[in-house]
This record gives sequence, structure tokens and C-alpha cells, in this order.
Amino acid sequence: MQRRIRVLIGKPGLDGHDRGAKLISRVLADEGVEVIYTGKFQTPEQIVGAAIQEDVDGIGLSILSGSHMTMFSKVIGLLKERKAEDIVVFGGGIIMPDDIPTLEKMGVDRIFPPDSQTSKIVEYVKNIPSRRRSSKNL
Amino acid sequence: MFDKEYLKKIGAEKKHWEETILRDRLAQTKEMRESFKTNSQIEVNRVYTPLDLEEVGFDYLKDTSWPGAYPFVRGIDPMMYRAAPWVMMQYSGFASAEETNKRFKYMLNQGATSFAIALDLPTHKALDSDDPLAEGEVGKTGVPIDSLKSLEKLFEGIPLNSVSMFICVAMSTGPIVLALFLALAEKTGIDPKKFGLIMTNEALMEFACRGTQFTTPGGHFRLSADVVEYCAKHYPNFSPLQICGYHAREAGCTAIQELAFPLGNSIAYANEMERRGLSIDDYAGSFTWLFSASLELFEEVAKFRAFRKIWANLTKNRFGAKNPKSMQARIVFYSGGSNLTRHQPYINIARTTIQGLAAALGGIQIMHLSSYDEAYQTPTQESGTIAVRIQQILGHETGITKTIDPLAGSYYVETLTKKIEKGVYEYLEKIEKMGGAIKAIEQGFYQSEIAEQAYRFNKEIETKERIKVGLNEFLMDQEVKVAPLRYDPDAEKKTIEAVKQLRKERDSHRVKQALENCRRTLKGTENVIPSIVEAVKAYATVGEIGSVIREVYGTYEEGKVRF
Repeated sequence: MQRRIRVLIGKPGLDGHDRGAKLISRVLADEGVEVIYTGKFQTPEQIVGAAIQEDVDGIGLSILSGSHMTMFSKVIGLLKERKAEDIVVFGGGIIMPDDIPTLEKMGVDRIFPPDSQTSKIVEYVKNIPSRRRSSKNL
Repeated sequence: MFDKEYLKKIGAEKKHWEETILRDRLAQTKEMRESFKTNSQIEVNRVYTPLDLEEVGFDYLKDTSWPGAYPFVRGIDPMMYRAAPWVMMQYSGFASAEETNKRFKYMLNQGATSFAIALDLPTHKALDSDDPLAEGEVGKTGVPIDSLKSLEKLFEGIPLNSVSMFICVAMSTGPIVLALFLALAEKTGIDPKKFGLIMTNEALMEFACRGTQFTTPGGHFRLSADVVEYCAKHYPNFSPLQICGYHAREAGCTAIQELAFPLGNSIAYANEMERRGLSIDDYAGSFTWLFSASLELFEEVAKFRAFRKIWANLTKNRFGAKNPKSMQARIVFYSGGSNLTRHQPYINIARTTIQGLAAALGGIQIMHLSSYDEAYQTPTQESGTIAVRIQQILGHETGITKTIDPLAGSYYVETLTKKIEKGVYEYLEKIEKMGGAIKAIEQGFYQSEIAEQAYRFNKEIETKERIKVGLNEFLMDQEVKVAPLRYDPDAEKKTIEAVKQLRKERDSHRVKQALENCRRTLKGTENVIPSIVEAVKAYATVGEIGSVIREVYGTYEEGKVRF
């Protein structure tokens, strides 16, 4: 039997705006995705640790404080370090369009800026397993 | 309020209208939807008449009365905007104390008389800029304040008494911010009674939304209460508590909840002050309130009106206020960024105009409008200026300031005002039954109520039951370029170097002793403010004081949730 898609929704850093993270967690769960929401104020180390422990297909980071460059780069760096770079990293929040190509080059698979339809995010997450690279789990 | 016979006549004529003119029209065309509701889920009738006022028990003299008179529905001042429009504010702070100082000087040149200071997240959470947890966050959401040194740079060339009011949106670091302002005043030889300072200083709501808390609810509550008590005794010109519905609304709640949750918190503070032997008249006159607004114009106007009435009633009848000042709700309004879209950002100028209109018609005291680029970044000088210009147009060109509370007497607005009032009291009863605001928040009541509404809102957007221009209808493919906010790219590095340098230069023995004294007062029952003032005067950092608080009260941690 195929295993349910499992993602970790993370709020890294000091940002407490969790409307989006909680909403998307619930919407994804409604659509049959298994969601682990980390809660606020997690360090990148905690997020990556939880993602590996929970054996998730993807990590979605929600950042509205402007610290996205630092947070995404740390999470991606840690995944590489722990040989878990097959876990797909995506995210959303207050992110300037100019930053998106840089984030993508860094290895972020997809950014959903404010106003993104949740149905589009669901569609994307459902395809995450096919986006996992040379995974040891596949 | 109306003559019974006359009401009967209105009823009969309404029925006649429904069975003739309306029926014929409905036979041709269906209405857009089966039922109409406000943003806050209040059922909206096709037309409102005196019959509706009768139904909700409206009584002009009891429910509306006069401007400047109990229950202050029509405004807290008998002249309102005929004396002067509301105070027009701009929320500002970014990058570093030096960069923000430049912006403040520009704003003063443009005629600003007051500042609202935005802090960055490390400052909100009482962490120093060089703390590993602060990496990437320094100067992002506001100005970093590490110590008295930062405040000296922030107001370099701007004497505190040259500005009529400062608003410092410090929800969780209220006591430290108060101490910093008092220390700077002393150092520059300015009497703290010669300028105004509004501190948010309300951390309870942070546990429900927004999230700048850095210790336990009980710890934060005690600190906030100490600020209130200290200001009541020494600086009654300061506003030591700004209770916020704003963040809950931004997180998704309804207009009714936006009033009920902060009112629930205010009852907790009033009970605590009573325990400390203060009467409501000792402090409530200096409170302010922060609210947001959606674009549902009439409901928002009704919300502000209803709020004033409820606060007047609570202070007078529950807490025994005698001084009318204690019963007057001074409202700070900040347009809600969550109402804005990232797509077609310039249309946000229209949205903030409507929100500002709602607030002005609702009789608020201080206004900030969001910049149209809020879904992208902290405002640029240009977008910030536009936001102030909108207020100036509302205040000087529209004529809405000529008469007080112009929507009073509208069958619709008065009905909504009564319904919101009723809804709020129902919530307050629920909160009370749970054992008060702190218990309700600890049990996650506010949180789940807010999340539920945010979920409903999203569903309405997804199904297009709710139309949001540029978001789910009237889309445009072209990407609009928003001018990026530019500032010194080395600002973060410089701020970090400055705090490291400070630690080398200051009298570390004095710092150590002052922090030790803070630890003692935090553990005891005497007011903590004097000890924090001594610590900031010794150039102890915000993070060091925060660490002592965390050590004494514990840290706040959130757990994982499985969906």
C-alpha cells in the first residue's frame, strides 16, 4: 500500500505570525496529507532534526519576518550535512520577488508568496514524492 | 423609542412594499446570494428601518447619547475632529538605529509630530543582536534596540521633548522599553513628564497570536502589571498599556472577537490592579486600545462605536470608575495588512483608504495606515509617505470631520452596533466561565477561535463565496515591480559589532550588580521597574535583562502538533 504523503510545516526563527502555517497545515490534512507542524520559534537544527526523525517527504517553511534567506540556507545546508537532501524544501511568506530566484538556486523547490491559493499548494504537495531526488527512501 | 402606532404603520407599509414592488423585481432577477452576512457573520437584512431598532431595543439617550458623554458611543470628546483631526501616525523602524534616525528626521521635516517605533524581532523577544537565535532577523521587522546606546543613536539630534508622542509597539518587552526611555530622558536632562509615551506592554495576546512572548504567561503578566502600577504612581502622562485586538484580527478573527479578546485581557489587568490596591481611576485613564479594520465599512464603524460603549460600562459599573476619563476608550487604529493583496499592489491604496474612512467615521484617536507594499516588505519612504497622504486627504478634503459621529441614527449602523455589543458580552461571559483570560489563553481558546475563522475565510476565498479583487477575481497576469526598501547592507553587521563593543567598554562590575538586583526584584514582590532602570543605565543589554527574566520565570516553548 502506498504510504501517505508526509510533510513538516516549520516556523523557524523568531517570527510569531502563524496564521498561514496553521491554515496550510489544516488544509493539507483535509486533503489527506500527513502534517507535522513544528510550532513557532524553531531553530533550523530542530526543524531538520524533526524532519529526519519523522521521515517526511518535504519541509515547508513559513517566514514573514524577512529572515528567509538565512533560514532557508541553513535548513538546506543542514539537510546536506545530514545526507537528507532528498527531502524537498518549499515555503511561503513575505518574500520579495527578487529573492525567489536566489532561493531557488540555493535549492528551495518552490516559494508560495502571499495570495497563493491553498488549492495550488495542495496540488504541489501531492506531487512532492515525485520531486524527491535520488532518494534512499524510494 | 418610536411611537407604537407609527411602528405599526411602518410594518404594514414594509409588508406592502415586499408584496408589490419588491416581489415584482424578485420575479425578474434573483439576488446575488441567498443570504447576506457581514465579515463577522452577522446576518444583513435587505433594508433597515425603525422596526429593526425597535427589535434590538435601541434607545437614543441610553445607547447613543452625546459626544464626550457616557457611554461615549459618539466619541470621547465633545468636539471630536472639529477641534483637530485624529493624530496621523506612521509606523517606522528598520535596519539599524542610525538608519531609522535618518528616517525619523525626514519625517519631522515632513511635519510629523509623533513617531510609532517598529522594533525588530530580536528586540521584541529580548535577545541581543549578536545572539545566535537573532541571526538573519536583526533590523528586519523594525529597528534593533540592544541597549541604552541604541536609543541614544535612534534619537540623536531629536530631543525627546521635541516630539509630542512616541508609540513603542513593545508587547513583551514593555518594562525594558519604559526603563530605556526613562534612562534616556535622565541622561539628556529632559523631564519625562514633558513627552508622551504609549507602550503596548500587553503580552497575554501574544500567546494567542503574533507571538513575541519570551517567558511564561504568568511572568509576562506580572511584568506588564508592574509597568501599569509604576506609571500610575509616577508617570500618569505615559500610557502603560495598549490592549490589542489588532493582532487577533490580523490572525483571522471576527470584529466581535477582536473586541472581546482584549476586553477579556483588560479584565484580568483590572482585577490584578485591584489586588494591588489601585482603583480603576488610578490607571484606566491612560490606557489605549489598538484595533484593525476590514473593508466592511459599516460593521467596522459599528465596532468602534460599540467598543466605546462596552468599555464605558465595564469601567463604570463593574470596576466602579468615577472619573469619566477612565471610561473613555482612546483608540489607536492600524489598518490591517491582511486585507491587502500582493497582486496588483497599487490597488491597496484604495483598500487602506476605505479602512481609514471606517476608522475616522468610527471616531478613533490615532491612525496608522499600511503602505501598499506591505505584502512585500517594510515600507519605503515613498510608500510610507503615500500612507500619510491618504490620512491627510481623509482629514482635510472629505468633510467627514465636520460633524461628529455622522453615521449615528443609521438604522443599519445602530442595529449593528447593538448586535456587536451583544456578541461581545456573550464572549466575555464565556471567557469568565473559563476562569478569565489567562486560563482561556492557556487552554488555547482564543487560539482555536482565531484559527477557525482564518480557516473559514480561506474556504470562502477558495470557493469564491468571497471575492477579493486581484486575488480570486479580476486577475492580471503582469507582475508589478515594487520598489525595494534600500538601506545599508552592512547594518546588521554594524549593529552586532556595536553591541560587542559596548560589552567591552562598559563597567562590567556595575552591570553585574544591576542584573543581580533585577534577579532579586523579579523573584520578590516589589515593583521591578526601578531595578530595570538601573540596569539599562549601567548599559546592561536588552538580551541580558531578558535572560534574567527567562531564568527566573522560565522560557516559552511550543510543542509539535500533528494534523
